[in-house]
Amino acid sequence: MRRQPQIALLADGKRLHLQDGPIDLIIGAHGGAAIVRSAYQAAIGRFTGLLDELCAELALLRQAADPHACWLRGPVARRMHAAVAPFAEEHFITPMAAVAGSVAEEILAAMMREAPLDRAYVNNGGDIALHLAEGEHFTVGMTDRPDQFGVMRTMIIRAGDPSRGVATSGCRGRSFSLGIADAVTVLARTAAQADAAATIISNAVDLPGHPAIVRVPACELQPDSDLGARLVTRDVGPLHKREIATALQAGADKARALLAADLIDAAALNLQGEICTVAPESVADRGSQVRHRQAIAGAIHA
Amino acid sequence: MPTDAPTAADKIRCDACPVMCYIKPGAAGACDRYANHDGRLVRVDPHILLEKAVSHGGRLVPFQAGGDWDGTIVREPDVVVTAIGAGTTYPDYKPAPFIVSSEIDGVDMVTVVTEGIFSYCGVKVKIDTDRFLGPETATVRVQGEAVGHVTTSEYGSQMLSLGGVHHLTGGSKKEGRVTCDALMDLSNCKPVELTIDGGATVVVQAGCPPIVNGVAEERMRVGCGSATIGMFAKQWHGKVDEVVVVDDHITGVLSEHQAGKVLEISDTGIKMKGRRSTPGRYFQVAEPGTGWGGTMISDPLSVLGPFDPKVARPGMSLLMVSTTGEHAAYYELDQALKPVEKAMPADLRRSVERIQENCEPALCTVLFMGGAGGSLRAGVTDNPVRLTRSVKEALTRVTSGGAPVYVWPGGGITFMVDVTRLPAGAFGYVPTPALVAPIEFTMRLSDYAALGGHMDHVRPLQSLKGDAETLHMTISQNPPGPRP
Repeated sequence: MRRQPQIALLADGKRLHLQDGPIDLIIGAHGGAAIVRSAYQAAIGRFTGLLDELCAELALLRQAADPHACWLRGPVARRMHAAVAPFAEEHFITPMAAVAGSVAEEILAAMMREAPLDRAYVNNGGDIALHLAEGEHFTVGMTDRPDQFGVMRTMIIRAGDPSRGVATSGCRGRSFSLGIADAVTVLARTAAQADAAATIISNAVDLPGHPAIVRVPACELQPDSDLGARLVTRDVGPLHKREIATALQAGADKARALLAADLIDAAALNLQGEICTVAPESVADRGSQVRHRQAIAGAIHA
Repeated sequence: MPTDAPTAADKIRCDACPVMCYIKPGAAGACDRYANHDGRLVRVDPHILLEKAVSHGGRLVPFQAGGDWDGTIVREPDVVVTAIGAGTTYPDYKPAPFIVSSEIDGVDMVTVVTEGIFSYCGVKVKIDTDRFLGPETATVRVQGEAVGHVTTSEYGSQMLSLGGVHHLTGGSKKEGRVTCDALMDLSNCKPVELTIDGGATVVVQAGCPPIVNGVAEERMRVGCGSATIGMFAKQWHGKVDEVVVVDDHITGVLSEHQAGKVLEISDTGIKMKGRRSTPGRYFQVAEPGTGWGGTMISDPLSVLGPFDPKVARPGMSLLMVSTTGEHAAYYELDQALKPVEKAMPADLRRSVERIQENCEPALCTVLFMGGAGGSLRAGVTDNPVRLTRSVKEALTRVTSGGAPVYVWPGGGITFMVDVTRLPAGAFGYVPTPALVAPIEFTMRLSDYAALGGHMDHVRPLQSLKGDAETLHMTISQNPPGPRP
């Protein structure tokens, strides 16, 4: 008997919700009704059994990625590896760091094979794969603290922009972080790349040895965590403005390095109400009509 | 259907999906849907949807709203999504992201990754009993750890104040953990055994009778001893010469009481111990305890002195009864004017039953109390106090897990909620330790716009028009906190 994922349309009757084990997807597709329907069918078809496929290689996926070789077989697993490999030389990183983005990409690709959509997204717990046809755009809302009313900064991603992936990582997220950022949101070419980069940048936002930071070995929380005995952040007490700036600076330095290596398009780092953005050019220009990268950075600052 | 798979030491292996997580006690698997509760694999669906007659514009739907939800419930236009589980997932602290359910003017998605950790909160416990639970300010303990204190008594009830940041994070690690567990259990309507220094051991469970020193309390008193005299004087008139209503607070004596005087009941020569307040009303006839009327006595005659031989006469009848009618005895004076217990006449028996009947069932009630003050308002708007004012002016409705709350006047947004009004398992904790409580804010968009601040940047929300539209903001937090 095959385990079926949960399949449902959301309240608006438009968006599709798929869930299986730890994977939760919200999928939106725009186009003719028949086209959207066939895209959703394709998403359901690809999603069914996808978790089993991943779990078949779970042990290997939980091991530190080899920067030069990939022994994985499944397309999603291989995409995960490819996304983390650029970081594997310098950092401890496992393909699991890109699982959410890679799954989102896989489902989006399956939809696109079936149907010529105007635009579509697959949101896997905040790690989002995007499709934009010529002339289309997405507005992505972002919030750093859901416990407060400071709702959104918005980013506009246009068809002409290179970014097709958005991912957010942080020590308050679902997966563990070695750093202390509340949230690091990254735009990159693909969702898998954004996912991996957000993890790396988020880990870099840190104040090693700071007494207000509670760290616990990951394996104490989840015995089979891919992070093993590495200390993951469980709580961050109030920090001084100066300390926040220091931690964000460390993360921003990492983000700039990834930007220079063309691994990301932009990043926004949040820590205790402070936000720091990294984008290719000066962020002083907030004009939204100008070229994409300034527009993204400007919107992040709004 | 997942089963409890073989146990590996203290861990259990979940077979709900092929990830096959090993889950430690008190932790959840990778999906946050299954958890290890005392060695048992339990389903902990993170989100609870309540149906309510509200508009659904701008509603936030928790991203992880999967679980057993088949999607049909939220098709209804009158569903409110509570904050329960929205920002964190029992029993471990791993908030789930959100997504905006309505696509509003081009904003297609929102990712949210965080929530604050807060440790200022507690519960106020009202225990309907006249029995002595412990002196005021006495420490209340769970497993030997201080978790709160006895506070002022209320009419017919003993009050405890438990939790608060002092016990959660100000003491030892164990004290914090035990306090957090006790608060969460009490808030989730589970029984907790409390031991009071210099007092009783009481098992408290919201909505259930208290169990004091192993005995379940049945009723709360109808009134103090004096009030009981006032209420029942007419029914006793002509059937008995004297009535003493034994009470820890004010013991009443029928013949001396104003109610007796009005009925022209004759003096009986009775002598009470204790301190006379006004005629027929005595304080401190005995030490407080778990005996008659909340005193320590088991023999009611011990509160009486010898009868005045100038007034009393042999054969005079005396009813002694507690304020709940749970204890009662009937006496007649012998030749030496000593009270001798006799079988109680039927009409007096009925009056005792009437007292019992008028006593309401004794319950424990638990109010969760927390404040959504500083931390919530900071960063909310350019002018944070407007949020407080909006709540105070009743423009913004505050609910907790969909349940109505009482918002305390004054600064901040300090609220209380009856935990029995929340859906099961609404409260969670974080390892700080601190409690996670749901809180929702509902307001008109026009009012929200009037709050000013960050919303100016949110183009889509400005485009929502009309008074009928309502914006729900559901957040999950333990209210006021030390975080900036």
